[in-house]
Amino acid sequence: KHVVTINANLKKSAENGGCGKCTSTVANQKCES
Amino acid sequence: MVHKFKQLGYNIVIDSDSNAVHVMDDCAFDMLDRLSAAVFEVNGANVPANLAEDFPEYAKEDVAETYGELYKLYKDGQLFTEDDYEKYSETMVKSPVKSMCLNVAHDCNLRCEYCFAQTGDFGGERCIMPPEIGKKAIDFLIEKSANRENIELDFFGGEPLMAWDTVKATVDYARSIEKQHGKNFRFTITTNGVLLDDEKIDYINREMVNVVLSLDGRRETTDRIRKTLNGKSAYDVIVPKFQKLVKGRTQKGRTDYYVRATFTKYNLDFTEDVLHMRGLGFEQLSAEPVVTDEKEPFAITQADLPRIYSEYDKLCEVMANRTEDKFNFFHFMVDLDQGPCAIKRLRGCGCGNDYVAVDPHGNIFPCHQFVGIEKWKMGNLIDGTFNDDIKSYFAKTHLYSKEGCRDCWAKFYCSGGCNANSFIYEGDCRKPHKLSCELMRKRLECALALAVDKAVKSQNE
Repeated sequence: KHVVTINANLKKSAENGGCGKCTSTVANQKCES
Repeated sequence: MVHKFKQLGYNIVIDSDSNAVHVMDDCAFDMLDRLSAAVFEVNGANVPANLAEDFPEYAKEDVAETYGELYKLYKDGQLFTEDDYEKYSETMVKSPVKSMCLNVAHDCNLRCEYCFAQTGDFGGERCIMPPEIGKKAIDFLIEKSANRENIELDFFGGEPLMAWDTVKATVDYARSIEKQHGKNFRFTITTNGVLLDDEKIDYINREMVNVVLSLDGRRETTDRIRKTLNGKSAYDVIVPKFQKLVKGRTQKGRTDYYVRATFTKYNLDFTEDVLHMRGLGFEQLSAEPVVTDEKEPFAITQADLPRIYSEYDKLCEVMANRTEDKFNFFHFMVDLDQGPCAIKRLRGCGCGNDYVAVDPHGNIFPCHQFVGIEKWKMGNLIDGTFNDDIKSYFAKTHLYSKEGCRDCWAKFYCSGGCNANSFIYEGDCRKPHKLSCELMRKRLECALALAVDKAVKSQNE
């Protein structure tokens, strides 16, 4: 009633991330794995 | 870390260590000031004593109900989550080099007063990169990119169109050998547009996956600081050429371009410049604060921040309320759903680690803003030298080795800011430039607000 969640996904991304295949502000970049 | 702010009429709360974003009513928004992971751990699902007394403006049952909702978010890992990412800071340390800024021209046909390349020559002699150096850059990237398939190379300067033969020779060489090496080169170019003609436009639209077109907005804004050599209006020369180039892309449904402005103290009303560029038919827009010596009359200083904040608010409102002639604004874009992984966010652009810049003589630097600074020279393409110690330094320059970043809510969205800005302004890559941090945080609030606004409107439709 008091909270609407708009978007947690960062911790999961750390566990599955780090492939280094993404393109060289960072927030608007997309994962490109 | 939890950060809360009001923008576009929403009470927005971001749990930056998990990337969860919430909109809250006033009761929940106010109660957050009294809550924390420690409070939830001590009290569990039971409403803390005296909590309702602290918020007499809300009914007791509302306070209790709200506490229950916030506690559930905490238990679900959506609020007051822990920063436990430092353990990943050793990941990607030995990253391949897979991106390059190729400064094909240390010369320019404009004399922009704010240019960090010092009107194109980077403080040295004016020169053009020979095609042989461009080819060596391709060989270097193929060798250093290890098992990476996608390789990015941005033609930069100075003005890269002044070295057009080198641009074409470099692209053609890469295309001739990329398949045999299992690589896919993605070329981009940053240009002032003066030398654009039909042949160059066709070539760029065929070969370049992104183009950055430099224009500062309104005619008077552009011509005040972007000066031609013959005294004619740069705006009048450039705009029709940019329109033709962009039309060549948008006709095919492409949005892979940016018309990019630099704003200075002279045009702190930069919303007008952004809207002017939209009026010219451009939809992918950027306006970025000038990076220059703080003694320059057009430099942005701490005293300008309130004015810039209100301008960002104005632009944010304009974008939220637009129903037609919409546009993208680079710094107000945030991808909450498919953004880069946390490990990528520890270092951001990859400067000096997976991204380097090369000058016309083949000298290698950590990025385009370090070009010409002898201390940061990493090697040379001709003699085959490459200093892994400097690469290692940048690999170890991340959110947890930079001063103040670990305690900032915005860290996973800015990735510690620009190393070159930190060095230029503070003399230390690991000491973020405070003014840049302030601007970044404000832009992120606007970006998050627009993402929230879009989501809320989508839910209401």
